[in-house]
Amino acid sequence: MSHKSRSSLAAKRHPRAPVFAALGDETRLSLVAKLCSGQAHSISQLTEGSKLTRQAITKHLRLLERVGIVHSVRTGRESRFEFDPEPIEEMKKYLDFVSQQWDQALSRLKSFVED
Amino acid sequence: MDSHIEKRIELKAPVSRVWRALTDYREFGEWFRVKLDGPFVPGQVSRGQVTYPGYEHLKWEAVVQKMEPERLFSFTWHPYAVDPKIDYSQETPTLVEFRLEKTTSGTRLLLTESGFDNIPSDRRLEAFRMNDGGWTEQMKNIETYVAQKS
Repeated sequence: MSHKSRSSLAAKRHPRAPVFAALGDETRLSLVAKLCSGQAHSISQLTEGSKLTRQAITKHLRLLERVGIVHSVRTGRESRFEFDPEPIEEMKKYLDFVSQQWDQALSRLKSFVED
Repeated sequence: MDSHIEKRIELKAPVSRVWRALTDYREFGEWFRVKLDGPFVPGQVSRGQVTYPGYEHLKWEAVVQKMEPERLFSFTWHPYAVDPKIDYSQETPTLVEFRLEKTTSGTRLLLTESGFDNIPSDRRLEAFRMNDGGWTEQMKNIETYVAQKS
């Protein structure tokens, strides 16, 4: 791992656990999946076909909003929600980074024990 | 989100050799590139100084969890805590587990690092089970979307 990628990673680092946790729920995951189409959806559209109430869906959306996975946009009296891929991208980058570090460490271990 | 890391590696060395490389603090330090203050003891904090070229200013800290001879070695830590300005102690640590298995050619080492999402693993397993194939499918959708956007 080069200096550059380490420092850029550190600079962008902020708590990721809430993002992971926000996605660790079936309802929220399905909301994110719907919003992945790229279009903004209203709460009514997102409640359609769900067993949950509008209030419950709104609560889930607000939680996703707090970790930055969705944003709400007001059009007239209605809030519409859209997907923001950035927190997930960042999280993926972070996991990839840790994963690469392990690859390197394990290959050092391999040479160490096989020599 | 599948938030754990899993690595499998075949080593042409006996289990006892690999076990020593993992759990003897000096040997661990050799390949991991850290100078540890003392031996690993379950339940105790292990401290040291990173020796990876360019990162010698960084401290190393982990809490040893389990040492089951020639089977399992685990510790919790803050993975690659590379920014000295950040107080990592505020974040929930992740769990690193090394599992050893004897094979005909030597040792199979399975490494997992879990806990990136701060959810107790038993609950997460339950969530995965409930989601069935749906979870994987939806993650694929999200990843496709992210790939298109980036």
